[in-house]
Amino acid sequence: MLEPTIYELSSPGRVGVEFPAPDVPRAPLPEELERQDLPLPELSELDVVRHFTHISNLNYSIDFGFYPLGSCTMKYNPKVNEAAARLPGFAHTHPLQPIETVQGNLALMFELQEWLKEISGMAAVTLQPAAGAQGEYVGVLIMRAYHVSRGDRKRTKMLIPDSAHGTNPASSAMSGFEVVPVPTDNRGNVDLEALKSLCDDTIVGLMLTNPNTLGLFDENVLEVTRIVHEAGGLVYGDGANLNALLGIGRPGDMGFDILHFNLHKTFSTPHGGGGPGSGPVGVAAHLADFLPEPVVGIVEEGTEEIPPLYGFIRPIKSIGRIKSFHGHFGMAVRAYTYISMYGREGLRSIAEHAVLNANYLLARLRDHYPVPYDRICMHEFVLEGHLPGTEVHALDISKRLMDYNFHPPTNYFPLVVREALMIEPTETESKQTLDAFADAMIKIAEEAKTQPELLRSAPHNKPVSRLDEVKAAKELVLCCWLPEDVKA
Amino acid sequence: MFIPHTEEEREQMLRTIGVGKIEDLFRDVPESVRFPDLNLPPRMTEMEIAAHLNELSSANESSRDLVCFLGAGAYNHYIPAVVDALIQRGEFLTAYTPYQPEISQGTLQAIFEYQSLIANLTGMDVSNASHYDGATAAAEACVMAYFHFRGKRSKIVLSPALNPQYRQTIRTYMVGYENLQIVGDEPERDPLASPDQLLELVDMQTALVIVQYPDFFGRIQDWTQFAARVHEAGALLAIAINPIALGLLKTPGAMGADIVVGEGQPLGIPMSFGGPYLGIFAVKKEYVRKIAGRLVGETTDKEGRRGYVLTLTAREQHIRREKATSNICTNQGLMALAATIYMSALGKRGLRQVSELCYHKAHYAAEEINAIDGYEVVNGGPFYHEFVVKCPLSVEEINNHLLDHGILGGYDLGKDYPSLKDHMLIAVTEMNSREDIDLLVSVLQEVSENA
Repeated sequence: MLEPTIYELSSPGRVGVEFPAPDVPRAPLPEELERQDLPLPELSELDVVRHFTHISNLNYSIDFGFYPLGSCTMKYNPKVNEAAARLPGFAHTHPLQPIETVQGNLALMFELQEWLKEISGMAAVTLQPAAGAQGEYVGVLIMRAYHVSRGDRKRTKMLIPDSAHGTNPASSAMSGFEVVPVPTDNRGNVDLEALKSLCDDTIVGLMLTNPNTLGLFDENVLEVTRIVHEAGGLVYGDGANLNALLGIGRPGDMGFDILHFNLHKTFSTPHGGGGPGSGPVGVAAHLADFLPEPVVGIVEEGTEEIPPLYGFIRPIKSIGRIKSFHGHFGMAVRAYTYISMYGREGLRSIAEHAVLNANYLLARLRDHYPVPYDRICMHEFVLEGHLPGTEVHALDISKRLMDYNFHPPTNYFPLVVREALMIEPTETESKQTLDAFADAMIKIAEEAKTQPELLRSAPHNKPVSRLDEVKAAKELVLCCWLPEDVKA
Repeated sequence: MFIPHTEEEREQMLRTIGVGKIEDLFRDVPESVRFPDLNLPPRMTEMEIAAHLNELSSANESSRDLVCFLGAGAYNHYIPAVVDALIQRGEFLTAYTPYQPEISQGTLQAIFEYQSLIANLTGMDVSNASHYDGATAAAEACVMAYFHFRGKRSKIVLSPALNPQYRQTIRTYMVGYENLQIVGDEPERDPLASPDQLLELVDMQTALVIVQYPDFFGRIQDWTQFAARVHEAGALLAIAINPIALGLLKTPGAMGADIVVGEGQPLGIPMSFGGPYLGIFAVKKEYVRKIAGRLVGETTDKEGRRGYVLTLTAREQHIRREKATSNICTNQGLMALAATIYMSALGKRGLRQVSELCYHKAHYAAEEINAIDGYEVVNGGPFYHEFVVKCPLSVEEINNHLLDHGILGGYDLGKDYPSLKDHMLIAVTEMNSREDIDLLVSVLQEVSENA
């Protein structure tokens, strides 16, 4: 046991944070509705602080080290973002306040919408979706609503490249569409001939990630979007890899009709151990009326002296509401802060250095690991994690990297590469860090030949070794054991 | 800024790559769309942006400036300093989803503890690692119930007293399920009528019934009989909860709920103008394999040490792709952590205290307001910390007047319910002192006298 659970630390009668006695008369409690026991732990505040400090130390994090997770864009999360989101005017406003009392929030949201439009080349943006996967679902629902609004009900097939994230097919299926995979050609692009043969008047559209999950920019992107449009379909852009395109190329200019953003990847909001994310969606002009409600707009024009009055607007053909209130506002504040700090002059340098870093690592590793699509890459690249003449797997290489104090790359994805190791360094890593990582990868490639057991039994110096996932799924212990006195 | 490269390092790296300049790395991007000029404001240093943000933030009037009686799905509660101090630790804040358990035990144990606390608070067997918010958790309950019956039951019954935003979100989510009927909350129905009227709609075609406790109007009731009737038709019952209320009230688990959903924001998460929040989702154990979202399970490592992993991942989109029943990828990790720390720090005694404070103060406020000429509390029956007041003039007029006195008034129910025009939903929490409430009462009285 590394650290007891909060229930194991609990001591009956111990008190943590206390509240004042009521300053009003006590109202009678509805006896039949009163609960008899409240099985929560009983801890002092120091117990709580030590417990969570102890377990935090069992985590790897960006603040601790290099996190080359492909498709996750684990860049530095600036501390000023955290201070910004905690300003009392932001953190303590109620979402249903009269708009006149929250003009600062609305101005920030409006401006962020405008900036995301400018960065992506889209005509309208909503900040409402809670995460990338939800933004994707919004995109699919908009595609559906667009076709239905034109009386075009025979479109049921969604084309999805075989290299796509699993969320793409899942989002399509949730919306009742049939998923049709599109193969990748030998340069890692969408196979144009296959695409043409799949495009007819039954396609909803194409869900395309560009650069794709191989880290490659689709050289034929203009052709791809043209083919889909000619068949009456829409092109959805998965914005997971937008970090490579900031100031480099705008999806709107390439023919994308819809794009989701991941504020937690591209725009530096923290991943938080798996959320909260934020997944704004941008659309081309012909889809603006379908955006989920609400979007922030100007409800009363300003003058030279008086600023405009911002408020919420329901697009006229809106697909509806996709969550409570207006999105992850706290994440919008962080992204706004981040974009402000790069501005017109600096935004492109993010993509440039992300791509520089990826190509540098690729150049250093190319002779040591098989590279399935060996081209200039964008912000990430994929290696094969099986080495000729050895029996080790991508998983073993990943676990061994932990011994060298690096987080492993994304592994076994994309599915089109055998034993994939997908590496995304981001722009915030220095040459020294990249060199240290490359050195470790090269050393591991040697170890795979000379001491494969070292890889197969890795990691060796972490709080726990490899965990029994079969046992976890079989026994399904999903809740702390409750000491008898807590249960009672 | 946050890019560390020196000019010399850039040159060395380009040489290693074998290109002359950075621009050469972008030749795959068609020239016609390459390197657009972006019309963005000039960049700011940290000092400048900090000042600018302070200005924007100060342009708002927050619940620090105003006395807040607004609830309707987001609530103003006290957040002990320990919560924010701990969630700001970079080890939690800047970690990824715990796919690599050997170096993610901190996140995994915290989620495991979150699952345990939520299960115990709601009286359910299993909680997942969270959804985005209360509304999306409710929508996921619909998806789960639909697939539980393999699409063979085509009706979902929504209580009109379920948060209107939850109902809207459910309709948006379920649009792709074309044979599905969503009923129960038609505008002509009296939203304040007894929920037993919904039982007439429950039949052998019904997959799921969703009610709220306390409901959108703050009312509380024992759902045990209702649950039995829903189960007689073979349908599932989901109860949407407010977790603070469960510090005091009988659990939905004890009343027979199959699914519990809820908005976790009151558990130590700032209102933050609507998000990020926390979607609570808990079920009876027979449905554990049907729930969407992440689950953390206990196991052991090769040396037999206890550890935690993400489990039942074979249900998820990254494995099942289009066969997955949900596309959900993240949970609300950091918000779930905040709730875990909040519940641990308050513990058995603290949560009960907060829960009782809300209850007593709301009842004091309701009694005082009901005594003013022209106002009437129309809940009928027991309520928790929100209640409906019939007002002598429009809610908007009253709220404007309250705002002049530094009070953020209640929610205008007429926006969602035509039959509740001029009805205000007032929320009271531990943050409202007796003086606050007395001030509200005196201004309401003044408004009524001048009307």
